[in-house]
Amino acid sequence: MEIYRSHVLVCGGTGCTSSGSSKIIETMEQMLVEKELEREIKVIRTGCFGLCEAGPIVIVYPEGTFYSHVKVEDVGEIVEEHLLKGRIVRRLVYKGALTDESAQVPLKDIPFYQHQHRIALRNCGVIDPENIDEAIATDAYQALAKCVTEMTPEEVIEVISQSGLRGRGGGGFSTGIKWKFAASSKSDKKYVICNADEGDPGAFMDRSILEGDPHTVLEAMAICGYCIGSDEGYVYVRAEYPIAVERLEKAISQARAYGLLGDNILGTDFSFNIHVRLGAGAFVCGEETALMASIEGHRGEPKPRPPFPAVRGLFDKPTNINNVETYANIPPIILNGVDWFRSLGTEKSSGTKVFALGGKINNTGLVEVEMGTPLRTVIYDIGGGIPKGKQLKAVQTGGPSGGCIPVDLLDVPIEYDSLIELGSMMGSGGMIVMDEDNCMVDIARFFLDFTVEESCGKCTPCRIGTRRMLEILDRIVEGKGKEDDIEKLERLARVIKETSLCGLGQTAPNPVLSTLHYFRDEYEAHIYDRTCPAHHCRSLTKLQITDDCRGCTACARVCPVDAISGEVRQKHVIDMDKCTKCYSCIEKCRFDAIIKV
Amino acid sequence: MATKDQEKYLELEKIIEEHKGLPGALMPAMQKTQELFGCVPLKAQQMLADGLNATLSEVYGIATFYSQFNLEPKGEYVISVCLGTACYVKGAQDILDRICEEIETMPGKTSADGRFTVEATRCIGACGLAPVMTINEEVHGRIMPDDVPSILAKYKK
Repeated sequence: MEIYRSHVLVCGGTGCTSSGSSKIIETMEQMLVEKELEREIKVIRTGCFGLCEAGPIVIVYPEGTFYSHVKVEDVGEIVEEHLLKGRIVRRLVYKGALTDESAQVPLKDIPFYQHQHRIALRNCGVIDPENIDEAIATDAYQALAKCVTEMTPEEVIEVISQSGLRGRGGGGFSTGIKWKFAASSKSDKKYVICNADEGDPGAFMDRSILEGDPHTVLEAMAICGYCIGSDEGYVYVRAEYPIAVERLEKAISQARAYGLLGDNILGTDFSFNIHVRLGAGAFVCGEETALMASIEGHRGEPKPRPPFPAVRGLFDKPTNINNVETYANIPPIILNGVDWFRSLGTEKSSGTKVFALGGKINNTGLVEVEMGTPLRTVIYDIGGGIPKGKQLKAVQTGGPSGGCIPVDLLDVPIEYDSLIELGSMMGSGGMIVMDEDNCMVDIARFFLDFTVEESCGKCTPCRIGTRRMLEILDRIVEGKGKEDDIEKLERLARVIKETSLCGLGQTAPNPVLSTLHYFRDEYEAHIYDRTCPAHHCRSLTKLQITDDCRGCTACARVCPVDAISGEVRQKHVIDMDKCTKCYSCIEKCRFDAIIKV
Repeated sequence: MATKDQEKYLELEKIIEEHKGLPGALMPAMQKTQELFGCVPLKAQQMLADGLNATLSEVYGIATFYSQFNLEPKGEYVISVCLGTACYVKGAQDILDRICEEIETMPGKTSADGRFTVEATRCIGACGLAPVMTINEEVHGRIMPDDVPSILAKYKK
């Protein structure tokens, strides 16, 4: 193995790739060759570091210097100053990573990482996901080896059951019990599926795991195959995740070449093969029966359960299906034991959970915290609070199936059961932060709009019921709400929840119900007072020019419909009959003199 | 000399041959078809149905169920505005509205000159860059409605 004096880790997750990290890698490698440093310094493209807000991220080891917002133009300086002369480029170091005395703060002590505990993400941003040797150096496939050579399938299932691991895709069902069911079904053929059809808008946990550490998922699927008696697995992954798909396929062929997948794994009788299947853009395929229909090559429509997949699943054979993050927890549990895993989290929700933190938050990114961590810690200590000094209003979890948690309940510990009590749910891990400028009625409408579009149309309550709810919400945000609209919404929500065929319909009304529960006054203001308290809904918002106006005429010049008039150095006025509410004037005004009322 | 279209259909025959007999072959074969033509035209649907032991209605049913498949070709530039939750709360709808206004079309439609197709897409996972849009492979992040004309100008040439 080659020895390098320095390693440069560049984030190759989707977030950083979108902001140009591939170009950074290319440029840096080229410069290292020019400076004849390519044998001394190695550039590695890793998975997601989590702090997407600060991307593209570059970390230089052994010092552990954490560079953020790196541009291609900065690469020369990093190579010249840091890599060649050993002088840290201070201006590029992440602001929390350098003390006043210019000593470097270790990565784990940066506030963003300090409160995290990474199990599922343990290798993301640490190894090169396209190199199986690096994965093996961090214990990949050791748990599989232990299972197939030292443990019976029953013993492995017992460990998973005892660990208390619950499904990380949102359902929260005991993984051990699920495996036990599939193991007890008698059949000549069984399947293992990994659900990587991460469809929640604003969630990217599973993608980051697949991009950053694909081998852990493959290993866990093989362990599952060993436990339930299956020799074939499928990963069903969104086609919108090209980087994840590519790395998965590479990882499968590498594992096969090493004899860690395929026939007679590690010289035992156990054989296991994995195929990748791409989704085609249908949210409902995240539902397990719909997902299996899609792998079979049909429209992704769900089927009634029972029979459960453990009895009759893919191609009518017993099937175990888990989410990416659930699988990513399996190898560490096997290697570190039940007691270790149970020591993390709470009594009923052991371990950790990964969240995709987004919306109105300073540190957008991927975080993994112990179950039971208060929401406040995630938002303020890890997330760094709300930008622009705005007030936090609510946190949305569980995507289109979940709900909003208002600011006064921020000290609630995050675990499966507490979130359900609050009318939300864990979901797969999307966590969207909303501030005072977000209208809660509009957010409910946004999610309903999503469900209406993604409803597969098989059952009537979901197909027609959600559309009726959306029509009501549409008219409320347009200022045309009617007296009994709130009651109608509640009645429709109850019927849809009780009578829909699958999880999509059964949970579709949740965003409306939870916002009605915590923010009923906003609905009432829209309907009865014809105002939007957050000044978000355009039909209900007017613009006004305050006395701060200096008469600079910038607003009048930018207005596309000539709705603003006034003399130079005199206060201007807006004609609301003409105004189209494009808000260009607000963006233009240097004195913050135009306000929404 | 075979025309470009004929070549593509010959290619499609190969795709169908490769997928015959595989379990659940229809979807992967259709995904290859979509890549090849930029859409799944009716004639291709008929060939897929005949070759992979399905009915035309099954193939059409799949093509219209999944948003990845389209029956008509898209414009030269596909503008995808992310309407995931993180982008939405940061004003992505305003971006989408502005784009539609600038090129005089609607979400899901192609402009009259066939150059631009505008789509509202679900989370592309670049939440750190919200609000974000892609034009073909290129990513544009942290945009404001007023940035739209200058971004589009690059592609209008």
